[in-house]
Amino acid sequence: MDSYEVIIIGLGPAGCTAGIYATRFGLKTLVIGKEPGGQANEAHKIDNYPGMLGVKGADIMSKFREHAKALGVEIIYTEVVDIKKKSDGFIVKTESGEYEAKSVIIATGKKRRQDIPGENELRGRGVSNCATCDAPFFKNKVVCVIGGSNSAVMSALMLAEHAKKTYLTYRKGKDDMRAMPTWVTSAETNPKIEMIFNAIPKRIEGKEFVQAILFDKEGKEFSLKVDGVFVENGAIPQTELALKLGVAVEEKSGKIKVGPDMVTNVKGVFAAGDVTNGSADFEQIIIAAAEGANAARSAYKYVRKRD
Amino acid sequence: MTAVVAELSDSNFNDFVAKHKVALVDFYADWCGPCQAMKPVIDELAGEMKGKVSFAKANMDKAGATANKYGIMSIPTLLIFKNGKMMDRLVGAFPKDMIKQRLAKMVE
Repeated sequence: MDSYEVIIIGLGPAGCTAGIYATRFGLKTLVIGKEPGGQANEAHKIDNYPGMLGVKGADIMSKFREHAKALGVEIIYTEVVDIKKKSDGFIVKTESGEYEAKSVIIATGKKRRQDIPGENELRGRGVSNCATCDAPFFKNKVVCVIGGSNSAVMSALMLAEHAKKTYLTYRKGKDDMRAMPTWVTSAETNPKIEMIFNAIPKRIEGKEFVQAILFDKEGKEFSLKVDGVFVENGAIPQTELALKLGVAVEEKSGKIKVGPDMVTNVKGVFAAGDVTNGSADFEQIIIAAAEGANAARSAYKYVRKRD
Repeated sequence: MTAVVAELSDSNFNDFVAKHKVALVDFYADWCGPCQAMKPVIDELAGEMKGKVSFAKANMDKAGATANKYGIMSIPTLLIFKNGKMMDRLVGAFPKDMIKQRLAKMVE
C-alpha cells in the first residue's frame, strides 16, 4: 500500500492550495478529488481574486492544478469511498485503491441540495444546476429558477438573455432573500423575469423532459408550465468522511468545527474550505485557499512533531 | 500513457461512433466551467482505456444539431456508444472511476 505523510481529500481551492503548501513543506503528499475545481468551476466571472481580474472560476482552478502539478503534487481524480483511523494514522480507500496516511486534510467543500422530487430523475432533461453552462439550451423557452441567493438571481438574469420568460421563485419572502439588493433590483426591473415569493417547490413534473413545476404557496398548490428548472437552493457541507472519523460538526450549519489553525477535534485530521466553519460563512476562493495553506502547515507540524 | 481525444462536429459524428466498437463522447462548451473540469479526467481515461474505448469531445458550437438529436439540455454530458448505438448517458461532472466502471460494462 502506498504511504503518504498527508492525504488531502478535495480538489477545489482549499485542497489544491493545501497540496501546494504540503509539498513545499516537504511532506509526501497525495491529493484525491472527485471533481477538479469543485463549486468554484461554476463561477462565471471572478473579479475578487487578486491578480486575476475577470477570469472564469474554472480557469482559476485549472491554473491552481497546473501550479500544483508543476511543483510535483501527486493528484488522483477519483472519489474517496471510505476512511478509517488506525493506531498510527489513517487508511483512505478509493474505488481503485487504498492509501495510508499519517495525517488527513478534509477539503471536500459543499454539494448541492437535491431534495425536490423529480429533480434527479429529470436532471439533464430540463433540470440544471448551472445557468452558465445551460442557459443557451433554453432559447425562447420558459424557465424557472429556484432560490433566493446571489447565484439564483444571477442565474435568472443570465437565463433572461436567452429564454422568453424566466420565473424566479423563492420559498420565503422578498426581505429574506440573501442576494445583494442591487441584483434583486436588476431582476425586478427585467421585463422577462417574474418573481414569485413564498413558493415552496413540491415536485418537478415531466415524462421525458421537464413540463411543469408544482408549488405550495401559503397552503395552496399552483403549477407553472416550464421547459427548464434551474435549482439554486443552496448547498450542504460534504462531511460524510469527516463524520466517519468522529470529527465534530456544528449543529446548525453541519460544517466541520475548526480552530484558527484548521485543527479538528480528531488528532491528525485537519479541514479547510467551505466544508468548515473557518470562514464564518464567507465562502470565497481566496479564503478557502488560505485555509488550505494553514491546514497544510498544521499537518506539517503534526507529522514532523514541530509543535 | 496518452491517447488522442478526437474533436467531433455534426459532420463527422455519426462516422466516429459507427466506426468504433465502444466510444465515449464528451459534449462540452467553452463557456461551461464544469466541462473544463472534465478535461483532465477524460484525458486520463483515454490513456488508461486506450485500445478498448475510443474517446471524443463535441463542442456545442460545432455539434449543436447532434446534441439536439440526443436531447442534450445540460452540459457536460457524456454519451457512451456501442457499435454506433447510444447505450448510456452521464449528465454532469463525475469521478473518473465511476465513468470507468460504466465503460467497463460496455467493453465486457
